[in-house]
Amino acid sequence: MSSEPILSIRDLTVEFDTEDGVVHAVTGVSYDLYPGEVLGVIGESGSGKSVSVMSVLGLIPDGRIATGQALYKGRDLLTLPADELRDLRGKDVAMIFQDPMTSLNPVLTVGYQIAEGIRTHNPSVKEEEARKRVVSLLDLVGVPNPEQRYDQYPHEFSGGMRQRGMIAMAIANAPSVLIADEPTTALDVTIQAQIIEVLRTAQRETHAATILITHDLGLIAELADRVVVMYAGRVVELGDVFTIFRSPRHPYTVGLMNSLARLEGDQEWLESIPGQPPSLVTPPPGCAFHPRCVQSQGRAPCRTEIPGLRNFGEGEIHLSACHFAEELAAAHIRVGTPAEDTS
Amino acid sequence: MSEAAQPEEAAVVATDTDEILRVEGLVKHFPIKSGLLKHTVGAVRAVDGVDLSVRRGETLGVVGESGCGKTTLGRTIIKLVEPTAGRIIFKGADITGFKRRQMRPVRRDIQIVFQDPYASLNPRMTVREIVAEPLRIHGLYKGREGRLRVEGLLRTVGLSPEHGNRFPHEFSGGQRQRIGVARALALNPDMMVLDEPVSALDVSIQAQVVNLLAQLRKEFGLTYLFIAHDLSVVRHISDRVAVMYLGKLMEVGTRKEIYETPMHPYTQALLSAVPIESPDQRGKRERIMLEGDVPSPANPPSGCRFRTRCWKAQEICAQEEPPLVSRGGSGQPVACHFAEVMRPLDLVETGKAEAGKRAQQAAEAKQPPA
Repeated sequence: MSSEPILSIRDLTVEFDTEDGVVHAVTGVSYDLYPGEVLGVIGESGSGKSVSVMSVLGLIPDGRIATGQALYKGRDLLTLPADELRDLRGKDVAMIFQDPMTSLNPVLTVGYQIAEGIRTHNPSVKEEEARKRVVSLLDLVGVPNPEQRYDQYPHEFSGGMRQRGMIAMAIANAPSVLIADEPTTALDVTIQAQIIEVLRTAQRETHAATILITHDLGLIAELADRVVVMYAGRVVELGDVFTIFRSPRHPYTVGLMNSLARLEGDQEWLESIPGQPPSLVTPPPGCAFHPRCVQSQGRAPCRTEIPGLRNFGEGEIHLSACHFAEELAAAHIRVGTPAEDTS
Repeated sequence: MSEAAQPEEAAVVATDTDEILRVEGLVKHFPIKSGLLKHTVGAVRAVDGVDLSVRRGETLGVVGESGCGKTTLGRTIIKLVEPTAGRIIFKGADITGFKRRQMRPVRRDIQIVFQDPYASLNPRMTVREIVAEPLRIHGLYKGREGRLRVEGLLRTVGLSPEHGNRFPHEFSGGQRQRIGVARALALNPDMMVLDEPVSALDVSIQAQVVNLLAQLRKEFGLTYLFIAHDLSVVRHISDRVAVMYLGKLMEVGTRKEIYETPMHPYTQALLSAVPIESPDQRGKRERIMLEGDVPSPANPPSGCRFRTRCWKAQEICAQEEPPLVSRGGSGQPVACHFAEVMRPLDLVETGKAEAGKRAQQAAEAKQPPA
């Protein structure tokens, strides 16, 4: 990671005012995105994984950005005028959403919508040329008969095809940052496998730095280079994907990996993380994970002090926000055993 | 297949004593109506001839992708929807033609837990009322005893009796699913149909609920029909597994047979499509890429339903529907003319993962059958 980050989120705090009080959705989050990499942001519902990215792009209108910076090529997106931010979205920064049915306009043809994206940001492109480009994009993402498909409406596309269309739209302007928010969650497993391949192709073609937001460890294992683990609105662990899977340094990451039902080996019981995710209105004092943490065993610092991120990496950065990260040895983890041993 | 509604409804059918549920040639078609006069123009063949047998105390997993009919199968078995044809034999009695009143005692013995814990609990009832409701309906809720029973049920599913006074919206997804399980347990059923009970939950909470279900099964000797699309979860909890595609069973076997020596190309493709579990496995798993999507259940392909996406398909597949029978010696029943064991989960040396791609190319080269 020698180069400069293309997107740098610094100390981001996002809050929502609700009837129940202030929801602390994202608190003091910092991470960098480097050119050409796939950065996986993983967490469960309410962990702040989507909000941390979407708020930076001005896509969370109800949220209040209390503190922070989001430096994109040196400019702070959080202070950018709305029209400049709009220019940026869809051109330099493109998005793939979870639900392709609700993110495509049902009354316009799929081809028209993709072409519109190209021509909005490049007014000089003629209609015919745009069409040609869209057809080749549809072909690239594996939509069969792209010429005919161009003139079809979203409802004529199946779920998997719509997601391909979305990916084509996202990469149409050769973005430098691609944000994929749960891109395979709504899809069946055989279609998921197809879309993972398409995402790989899209990333290879555009070299876009990609933020992959997901709750699915499998998707992270398939695609990510580096991983940010979020819990209750904070980054709890950050590091290279192999390091995170082989030797996680945060009890939440360990718990997450161990609670996954797997296809190999016969386990009588799944190891689960006890308890429920915390309230974001009144988060627990100290480490937000401590009421569910098996490592903490109710020790004092976990209850009183919010643990900061500390680096455990040798060479590469590997951050963990746990008071007792040193106690986590590789022996705790069932996942990430070398491939030779699992066969 | 049209032996539904036998006149002697309660006729005892001789069954294997271990067998709690048997389904024969079960069909559920939903009519498609169109036009001003709502003429029936076709049918969605959600379940299209399924034979199943569930033994007492076992968990039978049913896996398949969306639209394969697995949910309709579960609902037809407990007669939340009326079957179009076929027979359902529960505890030795043919319940296919049972009317509402006759179903009542049966419903005590077979309960259902739904996927969506948000939609399946009445938001205006307290948790205590929700769990007590089945007891009241069956006239089993009596004063103090009933109250204690409800509190006991809440404890059984890992909630505390104080939770009883709250409303469903005050609970997280995992806790709501526990409430649904408590309600299902209230009448001491023999069997539970679990329809995607953990799909809507976060991973860490999924594990809690799966463990709870496994524990309850042991404690109360329950039989489960566990319907899910997640192959990993199904493997974890099931003794036997049925793989469903477009309203039909493709393969039925023990957990070991389905996951370690699958014979149907669809089972193999499903298994190989599951994401890897660690980045160390990148490029080391052969992946069978299926072309296209599941065809419409209103107009399933002729012959074998899977043939339009199958890399092994030949002429016979379009003409003749392969029955679900044991093939090639001692293997599990499988509905494929070209059934053959393949182990898609084996990891291969990097570079050898090409075999999966070859299967894909073969499929691509093949002309889509008309």
